[in-house]
Amino acid sequence: MLEYRAEILLWALSGLLPLLMGALWSASPAAAASGLSLEAFSRYFLAAFVVRQFTIVWVVFAFEEDNLLGRLSPYLLQPLALIWRYAAAHLAEQATRVPFVAALVALVVVCQPAAFAMPSPGHLLLGLLAMHLGFWINFLLQHAITMLCFWSERASALERLLFLPYLYLSGLLAPLVVYPDAVRSVALHSPFAAMLWLPARLLSGGPIDVLAGFANALAWLLLLIPLNLLLWRAGVRRYSAMGA
Amino acid sequence: MGGPAWRALLRHGRCIAVFWSTSLEAEMEYQFNLLIESLAVVMTLAGNLFTLSLFYGHGRQLGGWSWDAALVVLGLHTLLDGMASTWLRPNLGALVKHVQNGSLDFVLLKPLDSQFWLSLRSLSPWGVPEMLSGLALVVVGLVRSGVRPDPAQAALALLMLLSGVAILYGLWFLLAATSIWFVKIWNATEVLRSLLAAGRYPVSAYPPALRLLFTTVLPIAFLTTVPAEVMLGRTAQAAVVPGLAMAVVSLLASRAIWQLALRHYTSASS
Repeated sequence: MLEYRAEILLWALSGLLPLLMGALWSASPAAAASGLSLEAFSRYFLAAFVVRQFTIVWVVFAFEEDNLLGRLSPYLLQPLALIWRYAAAHLAEQATRVPFVAALVALVVVCQPAAFAMPSPGHLLLGLLAMHLGFWINFLLQHAITMLCFWSERASALERLLFLPYLYLSGLLAPLVVYPDAVRSVALHSPFAAMLWLPARLLSGGPIDVLAGFANALAWLLLLIPLNLLLWRAGVRRYSAMGA
Repeated sequence: MGGPAWRALLRHGRCIAVFWSTSLEAEMEYQFNLLIESLAVVMTLAGNLFTLSLFYGHGRQLGGWSWDAALVVLGLHTLLDGMASTWLRPNLGALVKHVQNGSLDFVLLKPLDSQFWLSLRSLSPWGVPEMLSGLALVVVGLVRSGVRPDPAQAALALLMLLSGVAILYGLWFLLAATSIWFVKIWNATEVLRSLLAAGRYPVSAYPPALRLLFTTVLPIAFLTTVPAEVMLGRTAQAAVVPGLAMAVVSLLASRAIWQLALRHYTSASS
């Protein structure tokens, strides 16, 4: 993985959206009217940037390519379920991302010291835990779509339909507290809030219902694990190598 | 009839017709995509309008732009994004792949300008619904802002829009061409995409430092904000000059970088 340092840096840079949104919010009159301080906005979006970096998932693209190029057949012969190969690749890349993300965060903090405040040890631990749970929810959700590769050549097109609700409901574009009540309550019960809002809010501070957040995350995990198992078993039974 | 320039133009036109009809035929194998794309367009539209609405209400505005005027900016961004999926992403993504796989050699051997071939070889119909939704947003924004159609202003607006397209193409091509040196650059285009998302909102809504960045280094302002200003009649006509200059510079730079890249090209694995 370390061989691809330039590539990993570029991937890290492609997640700049939360920082852009942070700049937009901190310059807008709507921020002042929301009751949150400008520092709270900067801190939230910096945390959202970090969380996004460590919860990003691309299993559907990797799997689809392996399927199309015929690499899947030898992989399937291995005595370990395929999901672990991709999960391991994701976790390894997360580890290589640490220095790049740290450097980018340091850069932001130098330019804008108010954007950083050390969370309390409890919130830090809970936030990191929520971030890791968020990664698994994101991974399993995309993995469920990935399993459709067994039926269709271009399952990755479906990923867009997963990414769009993520974009608008996860809190990537605005902290969920500025959402109207009805939309916020939908967002808080979606898996997308567990992927970003919960960990970002825990890491950046501010009141949040920790119990409800974690309950939502665990409920989605409990739903996604059996769903993935079912799809995987049905898919493998259907599998015939590309071109066969 | 028939100077050499005219014949060359005709030849390139015929090539484009063949390129596009074959790539459309190939894409038609995946008609299910149309359903997915249409759904995605509806979701994007709803999500973008919702996000924009968070900045408005109770007399608040975003960077001095009224809601209706901001719709024009959002519409132009959607239009350009759809254009990128229809035209830029398939072609320049393929350029990066050609460099990685070594098949760029075959492109260079063709009796046709390589930049022309690489920039126009493919056309994917799946960005069209997004382009239409962008166009609809622009029209709605203009009508609701009470803009009266005026031929001179429309021509100027079209010119600015074309400049925006030229700048967008220049940026994409510059990045894709650097794959000659760096090989694995596909994700650099992802960086560009994420930065272009900034064009969804008027440039004046950003803090001063970013505003400067978006008008000089990364000319996002000329993609959406400036054409919208011209359409809405918010700007003096002299303000279009920097946009035109930026477009010309982008096109010339893309040509220059490609010629430089080819001089450095040593084929795969050498």
